[in-house]
Amino acid sequence: MGPNGNGKVLYINYEKCTGCRLCELVCAVLHDGMSNPDRSRIKVMKWEAEGLYIPMSCQQCEDAPCMNVCPVKAIYRDHDINRVMVDYDKCIGCRSCVTVCPFGAMSFNAIDGRVFKCDVCDGDPQCVRFCEEKAVDYVDASEVAILKKRDAAKRISLAGKEAAALTAQL
Amino acid sequence: MPLDRKIAYIDLTTGDIQTKVIPLEVRKKFLGGRGLDAYLLYNHTKKGVDPIGPDNALMVSGGILTATCASATARTHVMAKSPLTGLLGSANMGGFFAPELAWAGFHHLVIKGKAKHPVYLYIHNGKIEIRDARPLWGLTVTETQWAIRDDLGDQEVKSMVCGPAGENLVRFANVMTGIKNSGGRTGMGCVMGSKNLKAIAARGTMDIKIAHPREALEFNKRFIDQIVSAKVNQTQGTLGTPFIWGATNSWGGIRCRNFQYNQCEYADDIEPERIDEIAEETMGPYHMTGCFGCQVHCRAQFKIPDGPYAGCYDEGPEYTSQGAFGGEPDTPRATTVLTANYLVDQFGIDNLEVGSIISWAMELYELGILTQKETDGLDLRFGNDEALLEMIERICYRKGWLADTLADGGIAASEKIGKNSFDYLIQVKGMNNLHSDERATPALALNIATASRGSDHLRSRPAIDLYHLPEEVLRKIYGSPVPYDGPLSSEHTAYEGKPWQVYWQENCFMGVDCLGICKYHTTFLGATLPNFEDWSKVLYYNTGLEMSPKEIWDVAVRCNMIERLFLLREGLTREDLKKGDMLNHRYFDEPCRRGAPDVVGRVIDREKFRKMIDEFYEHKGLDENGVPKPETLKALGLDKEPSHLL
Repeated sequence: MGPNGNGKVLYINYEKCTGCRLCELVCAVLHDGMSNPDRSRIKVMKWEAEGLYIPMSCQQCEDAPCMNVCPVKAIYRDHDINRVMVDYDKCIGCRSCVTVCPFGAMSFNAIDGRVFKCDVCDGDPQCVRFCEEKAVDYVDASEVAILKKRDAAKRISLAGKEAAALTAQL
Repeated sequence: MPLDRKIAYIDLTTGDIQTKVIPLEVRKKFLGGRGLDAYLLYNHTKKGVDPIGPDNALMVSGGILTATCASATARTHVMAKSPLTGLLGSANMGGFFAPELAWAGFHHLVIKGKAKHPVYLYIHNGKIEIRDARPLWGLTVTETQWAIRDDLGDQEVKSMVCGPAGENLVRFANVMTGIKNSGGRTGMGCVMGSKNLKAIAARGTMDIKIAHPREALEFNKRFIDQIVSAKVNQTQGTLGTPFIWGATNSWGGIRCRNFQYNQCEYADDIEPERIDEIAEETMGPYHMTGCFGCQVHCRAQFKIPDGPYAGCYDEGPEYTSQGAFGGEPDTPRATTVLTANYLVDQFGIDNLEVGSIISWAMELYELGILTQKETDGLDLRFGNDEALLEMIERICYRKGWLADTLADGGIAASEKIGKNSFDYLIQVKGMNNLHSDERATPALALNIATASRGSDHLRSRPAIDLYHLPEEVLRKIYGSPVPYDGPLSSEHTAYEGKPWQVYWQENCFMGVDCLGICKYHTTFLGATLPNFEDWSKVLYYNTGLEMSPKEIWDVAVRCNMIERLFLLREGLTREDLKKGDMLNHRYFDEPCRRGAPDVVGRVIDREKFRKMIDEFYEHKGLDENGVPKPETLKALGLDKEPSHLL
């Protein structure tokens, strides 16, 4: 990882997701020239009855189960862009990586007969570019926790103020 | 390719299913969505067909751009002869159904016949199956959708369904998808119910090849930037459509107490900011949601804050619910509006029609035309929240004489109630008007009078007329893609130039309905939003189809004319109060009582209104009776209809 932003990761803040699934569309169109959410590397999982939408994508794990399980060592880490990649010259399509991924982020495309995963669009992830809400963002890995701390701190502060207001009313 | 999506013909009586590729020549003439549905309706039904009989045809479609890399192509269109009006039935809804149908291989469905028992269609990757829906009969809108997912063992399935109102043949029952997306006018859910068709479920993983993917992506980005930079859409994205009701109410452009007032007083509890507050309190700071691929996200998620349905989850409410359940019955209380919104979403019934018809009944009750004998003891006065909610449920289940009568629609009800009840019914062509009052805005009055599916704002409303835009801006918008150098006026109370604006808007909205894009992504509420010029490009990048802005305009004109042909075939005559391009006498005779200084005292001038209609007909190529001239039909290639190309 270098200082030029190549240590970035997708940062998903599902609370902001409106559930529109534009990320799925642009992902498939950029990679395959097709509109087909089944080809998307990012997928919004939905519980419509509760209004809950959660985009799921590859975490580019440091100790990646897909990489560890691959029997032909077709999965490798690309340090330049901080991502886990599939070498299709080596891949035999056994789908072991699909089985072990704890996030379901490695998918299998039945039309082309091969596995596929997020490659962060070579450093310009289209899901991020098109998401106006920034429910999906692309930030330095070390920054994610700071951003979350800031959000959490704000919530604590608001809760404190509300509690104070409540006490005042009483 | 989007162009290889098919059409399926489904006969529910025999179980026969045929599929076809849609020929390119048909695409070039009608594109898809509502336009092609209108062609199919005209070709697949006979004059005088019974709207709730097996011979009525139900069309379900996406636009030609549905599920492509064009912005906000989520719209599903549904068409049939209307059981409410006996004329054109047409409803359009957002959500995720039409894209799923396209990924399952289809852009258009033509459904005829009547199943022996309740069924639903399951459409999956090019295959169509008719499945037993007996266990689903009686379920609400969301219960039905979740039960179908369980039945098919697939949580990604998207369904459009009819609710209990459709099953009970309420003449203004909706088709619904998701939590609140409503194909909500002219009773398309009633047509589903009449065919014993509870639902259409779709699930698809078929590729749609984009003709020029890089260009389509980049153009989509530009499109989105243009759309979200419009102030009106930024407001939509935070307050949703309720902001429109708030603005028009403060000005005096909404109906209150049916049509007695044009402004609802003491409405703080249903102002957009209040609705937003409830959404935030119950669903958190990020409570806006949207349809497939849309960055406007114009609807709120909320839970009902209190009352008998406290804690129930729903989406919306749209400004139509504020109007129908707050303003018109004069019950401007958030809990009432949100509860009513939840009930109509679950029952699958048109909020506009049901709110309007109850408000009409309330006026009749106050006038003594209806009494507690007809209402089964219900105190149906204006401002009675409980009576409103009770009536919604009664109408859905046709409980009691009055509810059963109202469930047949305003005109049928007025004939049954008798006396002079019809004089108080705010409708055009048998469909009640939304919650707006058009007496101060001649352009909008012309729009509702001539809208093809009855009194309606989504067929030809030049809403930007209220912005007082400089004339040069109006000239730029309304002078393309066909030149126009006639009169145009920035003044909303004027009559000059309005027929052209309504005519232009009619074609703009038809264009967007053929493409499958949402109206908030075109010249409707925002003057800077994309239209014909941009559509020509977006169509080419996504489908490879080369059509100039003018050619897309021509398609829109043609499709509007097909709708006109259908209306005429089914009995439209110009000044018929029940079937014509005519407004209720109250627009001409009762002045606005409230609102801004430029609203108070306004009525529509009968003579000027007639002249506007004349001019509008001229723009459309109709004679003074509203019938297309032979040369008009010839120029549009419609002189041999029905032509049975598809």
